[in-house]
Amino acid sequence: MIVLLGVLVVRLVHLQVWEYQAYQTRSDQNRIQVQALAPPRGLVFDRRGELLADNRTTYNLSLVTERIESLAGTIQRINDIVSITPADISGFEKRLARKQRPFESVALRLSLTEEERAVLAVNRHRFAGVGIDTELIRYYPYGPLFSHAVGSVRRINEEDLRQLDETAYTGTKFVGKRGVEKSYERVLHGEVGYQQVEADAHGRIQGVLENRPAISGSNITLHLDSRLQIAAAAALGERRGAIVAIEPATGGILALVSQPGYDPNLFVSGMSGADFKVMSDSLYTPMFNRAVNGQYAPGSTIKPIVALAGIVNKVTTWEETIQDEGWFKLPNQDRIYRDWTWTRTNSGGQGVVNMNRAIYRSSNVYFYDLATRLSIDQLVSFADQFGIGRNLALDIDDASPGLLPDPVWKQGYKGEVWYPGDSVNMGIGQGDLLVTPLQMATVAATIANRGRVVQPRMAIERAGFATAASVLPVVGPTPDDWEAMVDSMEDVVHRGNKGFGGNGTAWAHIGRDISYRMAGKSGTVQVVEIKQGEEYDEELLEEFDRKHAWFIAFAPADDPVIAIAVLVENGGGGSSVAGPVAREVIDSYLLPQLVSR
Amino acid sequence: MNQDFIRSMPGHTRVSQMTWLHRIHIDPILLFLLATVATYGLMVLYSAVNGDEVLFNAQIVRLSLAFAVLAVGAQLPPRLYVRWAPFVYVFGVILLVLVLLVGVTVKGAQRWLDIPGITRFQPSELMKIGVPMAVAWYFHDKPLPPSFKDICVALVIVAVPALFIVRQPDLGTGILVALSGLSVVVLAGLPWRWMLYSVIGFTAAAPALWPILTAYQRRRILTLFDPESDPLGAGWNIMQSTTAIGSGGLTGKGLMQGTQSHLDFLTEAQTDFIIAVVGEELGLIGIVVLLVLYVLIIGRGLYMAVQAESTFGRLLAGALTMTFFVYVFVNIAMVSGLLPVVGVPLPLVSYGGTSAITLMAGFGIIMSIRTHKAW
Repeated sequence: MIVLLGVLVVRLVHLQVWEYQAYQTRSDQNRIQVQALAPPRGLVFDRRGELLADNRTTYNLSLVTERIESLAGTIQRINDIVSITPADISGFEKRLARKQRPFESVALRLSLTEEERAVLAVNRHRFAGVGIDTELIRYYPYGPLFSHAVGSVRRINEEDLRQLDETAYTGTKFVGKRGVEKSYERVLHGEVGYQQVEADAHGRIQGVLENRPAISGSNITLHLDSRLQIAAAAALGERRGAIVAIEPATGGILALVSQPGYDPNLFVSGMSGADFKVMSDSLYTPMFNRAVNGQYAPGSTIKPIVALAGIVNKVTTWEETIQDEGWFKLPNQDRIYRDWTWTRTNSGGQGVVNMNRAIYRSSNVYFYDLATRLSIDQLVSFADQFGIGRNLALDIDDASPGLLPDPVWKQGYKGEVWYPGDSVNMGIGQGDLLVTPLQMATVAATIANRGRVVQPRMAIERAGFATAASVLPVVGPTPDDWEAMVDSMEDVVHRGNKGFGGNGTAWAHIGRDISYRMAGKSGTVQVVEIKQGEEYDEELLEEFDRKHAWFIAFAPADDPVIAIAVLVENGGGGSSVAGPVAREVIDSYLLPQLVSR
Repeated sequence: MNQDFIRSMPGHTRVSQMTWLHRIHIDPILLFLLATVATYGLMVLYSAVNGDEVLFNAQIVRLSLAFAVLAVGAQLPPRLYVRWAPFVYVFGVILLVLVLLVGVTVKGAQRWLDIPGITRFQPSELMKIGVPMAVAWYFHDKPLPPSFKDICVALVIVAVPALFIVRQPDLGTGILVALSGLSVVVLAGLPWRWMLYSVIGFTAAAPALWPILTAYQRRRILTLFDPESDPLGAGWNIMQSTTAIGSGGLTGKGLMQGTQSHLDFLTEAQTDFIIAVVGEELGLIGIVVLLVLYVLIIGRGLYMAVQAESTFGRLLAGALTMTFFVYVFVNIAMVSGLLPVVGVPLPLVSYGGTSAITLMAGFGIIMSIRTHKAW
């Protein structure tokens, strides 16, 4: 008996004296909960102060499983008054698996409507362990309009958790996954706060012991102009394509449209797997950001760069002419390179062509010839200064670089040497050369700036944000060369009433009634490749087989305030299809300014 | 004046105990100790029920009732207990059999086997006194130390009701009843080597017993060794109770200040796990004070057993005292994580009336044995 009592006393001394600290700590861990306070996400505004990304309160139906006897039964009974889909249940189970402490409530149904909340409130007494939690979620008031520009946040998933800073994101439920939301995640997120609370075993909070509030994320003001964005989206209409408009003075992106878009709010509230599959499997790829990730051959929009490369490297002059018969042949080769005016019945051609005429008539033969006179290195190193083949953007990290091919690349990638024919193709922006609409808008802005290169950017610069590295201006062209090029591009739009062979390529489509001076260049790109491995729908095939239409422009030509690139996928002619879109967008930006002056 | 003189005279202690209390068959020392523990228990219970007046008052009523049972039990002369012992035993066994028969249907309707229902609970509770009484009755006219045959008969007397109770299934109560009966056998003069053999035999047989246990019982035993394997389920109680005791430290967090008990981490804080509240709020000192009181009660009980004037009285008083010790030991050992969790309340401290009444009836019998003349 004495031995047994001794055992008890030893055990008690062990617990209460030797291990006292450990149990004291464990007891505190029991009752003291550190709750992370998620910081409210910074808001996103356009340059006019319009709210593009807002936060708003949403109501979720949540369960405390410890207080529920039959989970399945309770969900069944809830389903009688508020619909619970299998997707809700699978999402709930995922969240339940990540639960961090007992008696934590886990969301079952997200985004309850006001009506559903009312029904639940009335029936609340029937459900133990069922409650309504509030949550601050992202809201994009413009819906799809800024889906590719501002991007979207998404509920943090397993994969994100592995990549994010665990401490900073304790309590945070959303992370920016696309667009500005992604590239400015660190600025927008803010700093997590903590609250030490005393809670009982049921998770009921008895009182706050210590509180360190979260610091909300910084607001961001973008260069975007929501009115211009609306006009750009309207100008593109239902067509697939992209528009990027840049303020030449700053590089600020005024509009960034990629169609089709998607409603970013769907990513916030969560969409069903089926809906997501429809969207991600669509041939029209609504989630693909054509403006910064769509890589296309530039076609004739590259010609101003090739022309200036010729001048700078002194292989031609503004005055030198060639005879354009509508076709071009390399010495000792049989292959015939055609002009765009060629048809089965008419060999086409632009006649006697100097550089100015080669631009406004978009003579292919002139540029076939010019490209062969330039060494490929001369052409590549000149084009590189405009940002072709690299991502010049200041705060669009995931913008695609395009492709500026050269002999080294070709040898490495294709295992072939550089043929003169490759240079010929490159002279008219075909072949392996690839650019994004963002890059072509940058090219337009650089010409508008007469060689001063600006880095395109989304956010208006502020302390703590990425700052512009100094970018070298384009070296070589004299001020006169730039003016001559701008004049030639003005002729593309304004040179009219000169008969078919004498008008600028875009004049008939946009130049007849224009009230300001616009410089532009069209491009029409052969789509040689048909996407393989997709369903062979006759109509779709035909659709995807059509040419891409490009137009780059800036205005007013003498003192540009906007530079733009328009791409219409499978749209047809650059001047006839993309040109009017560009004109419409510039009109909407410029005309109100001109009127007020 | 005269009485005071007599009381203070040396060598007349026996006389001095012949007070009015003794005349109504109450032992003042034991009563004082029991009342002290009950008062201490009420103080802890007040904290454990979070100052709930209704529960607290109910416990006062129950304890009063238990003390009344003690008083009544003390009035009955020991010869009455000897005469009744076999009948109480047989009656109890019949009730246990009935419980098993009726219990099957009840079992089919209820999943809960460890909630003591009235029909199941009462006979097993009765047998906590009935079994030692019957064994003491069997030995009271036999030569001691007992013969091998007598020991075997006594073991059968113990085993029958114990097995019925285990079958209910209520392993905890079954073991307690068996221990209360076995303690009589030990006191009667069980050779030490027998006890050694049985301990060795039991240890060897333990692996064989494992499959007999229900899954529920096995889980409780496994939980003892690794409570963290299921911290939110089976291991919850024991983790929270050891945490409560450990975090109390030497002096405790203060009455009503225990976070484990008042924030509901400690389940059953008012009943079986109340010693954890003592440990958390009053610390090691608080538990030791309680233990000292228990030891004094046990010491007084054993002293009274030794002084008893008949074999029956000696055996029964000793066995009931040892049963009381077993209660105290098993309860504290289980709450502090030394034994598997079995439903044993802490005598006179845990909330609840049934066990208190049984225990006090036992002390009533001890007092009866003490205060009645030889018979």
